Amino acid sequence: MSAVNSSSNGTPKVGVYVCHCGINIAGVIDVKAVVEFAKTLPNVTVAQEYKFMCSDPGQELIGKDLKEGKIDRVVVASCSPLMHEATFRRAMAAGGGNPFLFQMANIREHVSWVNKDKATATQKAKALVAAAVRRVVFHVPLQKTQVPVNSDVLIVGGGISGIHAALTMADAGRKVYLVEREPTIGGHMAKFDKTFPTLDCSACILTPKMSQVRAHPNITLWTYSEVAGVEGYVGNFKAKIRRKPKYVDENLCVGCLECIEACIFKKGKFKDEFNVGLSLRKPIYIPFPQATPLVAVIDPETCAYFRTGKCKQTCAEVCERKAINFDQKEEIKEINVGAIILATGFKTFDAARISRYGYGKYPTVYTSLEVERLVNAAGPTGGEVLLPNGQKPKAVGIVHCVGSRDEKTNRYCSRVCCMYSLKLAHLIHERTGAEVYNFYIDMRTPGKGYEEFYDRLMRENVHFVRGRVAEISDWAMTPDEEGKLVIRAEDTLVGAVRRIPVDMVVLSVGLEAQPDADEVRRMFNISCSSEGWFLERHPKLAPVSTFTDGIFLAGACQGPKDIPDCVAQAGAAAAEALALIDRGHVELEPNTAFVQEDFCSGCKTCVPLCPYSAISFDTSKNKAAVNGALCKGCGTCVAACPSGALQQNLFTDEEIFNEIEGVVKYV
Amino acid sequence: MSENIHKSDSFEPRIVAFFCNWCTYTAADLAGTARMTYAPNARVVRIMCSGRLDPQFILAALRDGADGVLIGGCHPGDCHYQEGNYKALRRFILLKRMLASLGIEESRVRLEWIAASEGEKVQRVINEMTDTVRRLGPLRLEQRQMIPAEAHGSAHAAAAHGGNV
Repeated sequence: MSAVNSSSNGTPKVGVYVCHCGINIAGVIDVKAVVEFAKTLPNVTVAQEYKFMCSDPGQELIGKDLKEGKIDRVVVASCSPLMHEATFRRAMAAGGGNPFLFQMANIREHVSWVNKDKATATQKAKALVAAAVRRVVFHVPLQKTQVPVNSDVLIVGGGISGIHAALTMADAGRKVYLVEREPTIGGHMAKFDKTFPTLDCSACILTPKMSQVRAHPNITLWTYSEVAGVEGYVGNFKAKIRRKPKYVDENLCVGCLECIEACIFKKGKFKDEFNVGLSLRKPIYIPFPQATPLVAVIDPETCAYFRTGKCKQTCAEVCERKAINFDQKEEIKEINVGAIILATGFKTFDAARISRYGYGKYPTVYTSLEVERLVNAAGPTGGEVLLPNGQKPKAVGIVHCVGSRDEKTNRYCSRVCCMYSLKLAHLIHERTGAEVYNFYIDMRTPGKGYEEFYDRLMRENVHFVRGRVAEISDWAMTPDEEGKLVIRAEDTLVGAVRRIPVDMVVLSVGLEAQPDADEVRRMFNISCSSEGWFLERHPKLAPVSTFTDGIFLAGACQGPKDIPDCVAQAGAAAAEALALIDRGHVELEPNTAFVQEDFCSGCKTCVPLCPYSAISFDTSKNKAAVNGALCKGCGTCVAACPSGALQQNLFTDEEIFNEIEGVVKYV
Repeated sequence: MSENIHKSDSFEPRIVAFFCNWCTYTAADLAGTARMTYAPNARVVRIMCSGRLDPQFILAALRDGADGVLIGGCHPGDCHYQEGNYKALRRFILLKRMLASLGIEESRVRLEWIAASEGEKVQRVINEMTDTVRRLGPLRLEQRQMIPAEAHGSAHAAAAHGGNV
């Protein structure tokens, strides 16, 4: 196949710029050899190396050569196009060229970072450069299309991250839809008593923000609701929200609790989700006193009316405002938004998975989240740390890294457990006077005021044992172990195995991705890391963006995070979403498909293949036609077209065939 | 069989890898960021979606000098464009039948679903594929076209006789 540009005037002039990236590339690849090789390739008029092509002087090299007419198209051999394609396209435009007469050869991520052998790495780099040069000759000038952006935003998840993002967007004057699965917003933070390291009361700092959400004229709050489907693309998403029936009219209920009093169940009988099962609720309930919105909910799984059809409906009788409505049905709301922020949070590790710690077997083995409720003044014991027998513990063991830093469960560090363990140690010691033992692998307290808090705890005579706990059992070896739980652990500082009898064990459970994170990510068309956390676009430079434009991440759905980090990230996500919306339009990559009518035989193979219904059939011409505004640029129709009439901008058959030839023919 | 064609240990296969932009290409970038070293034999051609993969691309790669072709797409259900990977799979299955009738060993062409987070899988698959194709030896398509279909097991001898498929 000959490399003749069929689409531009005159002979193409290709400039090849090989980047050293400091020693990231030049340390492995013989850059000079690649440049010399590039000079031998057809149509190459300039080939040179530079230390950092992405730097301003590097970009100016391209601009200068374009302006001087030495080149009319460019290949940069450097990092991944996902990293710097946009940078170099801008450099093309700045030099007066069309940004799409450009191709990158990825010789860093795909070559120098994955090879140690200089010779083979250099050879592979040459092949990739040859492919890019062969392909770029066929590039044609293209323009990005502009599409207006809807200025409303959808925020999924009403924990602290979602709340903060919602308030930031709403304060900026944007209309926000905040969707929360539970009957109330607040998330995990609403369950905590104090927050580390300042020991601020969690409710005191959170509930004002919850009320603001409720009262904000720009926020539409839908609790007990889930996103049922998302379509569209950046700037123009269509979302369906499923509003589950609460069987209580939100607009009428004032949260007076009369209905709960009047329920035929005289006492709570069912596990209270908010108190993580430590107390019992009735079928009609309000999760906690500051629930937002403050509206009762009827749980149809436990309500006698829904289960048997036989109930005096005392709740409805007593409600003066006639808010209770057993006929309420699920509703589907359809909304259009320009951006979406996912703030779906985390779940705590299921401690029963590590059976040797005895969770579920011994009633005095608690998870940290349960203890958060026990020490909470609004919790099931009114803030008293009481064991099931009603007594205060005299000795308490806190086991760190349960479901974290463990090859058998989760390899990652959950980041918050050291600090919340210290906080719980402080609170338990303060409320009970008990001896508190922390069993840790390493204390990880990086954060403002965190190390100081650790120091404070050591001065408060809390005990620290460095070593992972082997087992927790009720098997006594000595009389003073009788009736106690014995924590067996190697104290690696002493160099001996210790047995410490305690009355209560707190398992500091790690953070895990939500169990339905995989379904959620599919719905929103984003990626997950192997642990199930939503994947950010770049771990350092785009931590709140995703690979799907217009969808942003906030909080612990992206990875374990403490409250300050969640709030900071939520603010960042809101700012990114605002930047998108305030621009007013998005520029779409012009990699859409188009029909070369002369070649189209009218076979209609392509029409049903398009997942976006972007291809229609023009019966008057007997030709297929692509609607560029609907086409997302996957190219599946192009692959299927038997006559080659369908082509995809930036990925034409000609371009790809030449890239293939380039990648194997030369070296 | 193919060992007969190529006895030298120094044979380094050339593999063309078609990776979709959203999952497998990103995974290959991740393998780089994580400095996972792997065989240098695969050279990546980026396409937006595995659904863009025209079967002719695979044939072109083999014709132009590749000894193997690797295709990487998003896992089923994860396609950035909803279902392009399913279409790639269908086309791949049909193409494999055709390759078999051309006497091209099945394991020279491989389709893998590799998610954006699976840098390790990129490393593993490219290493495996390189080993497999290295064992098979060079493709040498020109010689194969001379081989009668029923006799391609003893390629070396058949190539000398000439004939047609």
